[in-house]
Amino acid sequence: MAIEKFTEENKMTIRAGGRLDAVTSPELGEILQAIPADLTELVFDLSGLEYISSAGLRQLLVAQKQMNKQGKMYVEGAGGQVLEVFAASGFDKILTLR
Amino acid sequence: MLMKELTIQALIENIPAVTDFVEEQLAPLHFSRKAMIQLAVAIDEIFSNIAKYAYDDNGGEATVRVETETDPEAAVITFIDNGEPFDPLAKKEPDLTLDAEERKIGGLGIFLVKKSMDGISYEYKDGHNILRIKKKPGQEGQKTGK
Repeated sequence: MAIEKFTEENKMTIRAGGRLDAVTSPELGEILQAIPADLTELVFDLSGLEYISSAGLRQLLVAQKQMNKQGKMYVEGAGGQVLEVFAASGFDKILTLR
Repeated sequence: MLMKELTIQALIENIPAVTDFVEEQLAPLHFSRKAMIQLAVAIDEIFSNIAKYAYDDNGGEATVRVETETDPEAAVITFIDNGEPFDPLAKKEPDLTLDAEERKIGGLGIFLVKKSMDGISYEYKDGHNILRIKKKPGQEGQKTGK
């Protein structure tokens, strides 16, 4: 998996590509642990994501709960299996997809 | 029916090796890309469960058996470990309506596996946890369902 992180003032974009599963999600977990306290907008770009498992959902939930406290979070570019898993798990209601 | 087995340490880091092994066995068949992705996710959920919960700190092995049928095409993948008896299918279905603060991830993985496979069964026999999934090849371009 490739994870890229861009920060611009109080906005961070995380681009995750490939597979977000039990093997790769700890890497995302490390990035989320280090979210700055003054971050007000977090955007996930999942347009390059091939698939997600529950381990990946767990990290997105961690991020959403954190951003509920300090700002907004958006999930962009989800398609295919990723979108189906969001729908099947009810995460389409928890996350703000756009 | 063709049958092949891989026995490997039950570690998260070995999931890609298991996925590669299964994909290799299914290469001669005509599984859709969607079906292959669903299988990769099922392997991730099931093998990571074994890696995390089956054994104590000393670890242990798991065997992954792939059986393929050609007429009609189907794959049966069996995960066998010698760890603590654990029936993942006995777990309560997750509440999908809770908001972010109340949501739990536990049980969600196996729920997603159940939804995306054509069959799933569990038995505990002779000291082994035996979890079996069945998957049909699906159709290219299929958008929803199995």
